[in-house]
Amino acid sequence: MSDLPSLPSRPDESQRLAALRAGDEAAFLALVEQYHAALVRLATTYVGNPALAEDVAQETWVRALRGLERFEARSSLKTWLFRILTNTALTYAKRAGREITFSDLAGDDDEPAVEPEKFLPASDPEWAGHWAAPLQPWGTEGLEGRVERRELLRQVEAALADLPPNQRAVITLHDVEGWAAQDICNVLGLSETNQRVLLHRARARVRRAVTRFIEADQSAGEPTDA
Amino acid sequence: MPDSTLTCQELVELVTDYLEAALPPEDCARFDAHLLGCPDCAVYVDQMRATIRLTGELSPAALSDEARRKLLDAFRDWRAQPGAAPSAPA
Ligand SMILES: [Zn+2]
Repeated sequence: MSDLPSLPSRPDESQRLAALRAGDEAAFLALVEQYHAALVRLATTYVGNPALAEDVAQETWVRALRGLERFEARSSLKTWLFRILTNTALTYAKRAGREITFSDLAGDDDEPAVEPEKFLPASDPEWAGHWAAPLQPWGTEGLEGRVERRELLRQVEAALADLPPNQRAVITLHDVEGWAAQDICNVLGLSETNQRVLLHRARARVRRAVTRFIEADQSAGEPTDA
Repeated sequence: MPDSTLTCQELVELVTDYLEAALPPEDCARFDAHLLGCPDCAVYVDQMRATIRLTGELSPAALSDEARRKLLDAFRDWRAQPGAAPSAPA
């Protein structure tokens, strides 16, 4: 019988699960290699400091192992694991006096993607709402493998670290880890729309940070204003 | 004329919906039409695409030996518990 299983139910995942339940160390380590860093990243957005985030991620694995027998594979192993993480992280965050509600969009989310002064004012008779000055292409594609590109990535990393926690969580899962929107919504308890709003704000901030860096870099040595 | 056409300032707020294919068809058409006639917004969309690519290049933090060792210990503890891993042929 060379037929593939007729169900589209992640065949390698059920094998994985069986191996884990059987106490297979290699299966466990493979899972750890795949997800631990992402767990720590996400935990950091809840608890703030990386050392505590490492504890949260460790605790997540312990809780996952204890719950393994009860896991019914209705969600993917990944989603299940990250839900345990968010629950664990919220407990830690509460203990540390940090309260984070990911669905709460109030406060930090009316900010425009681009500073309003970059556009012509509403009073402009013909071009209201259009770019006030031409936008310069970044030319980042030419920086492949260069020192400048590494520096650029450091700027992106720093911009991510500066984001509000909910934006950072979403952009991390979506653009760094490559998750589907639906999985992010499941893990963070967000609607698709809120998820996209957070992603939008986060990307816009990162873009502004990169723009500032590139413009500063290009005008370095020249006596111009930013 | 300001009703059916997008301004640049409006376009930049739609760019994520556009790139994530979440824009209704008629808005998508207005977006594309604007891009055709506006080199600056075309640059903006390129910058957003570059932003996404750069973010995607961030490497996840490496797993430290210490973390791996601790997790392996936790796994062995769990496995040693009665009833944890039913593999051991009784
Ligand atoms: Zn435009």
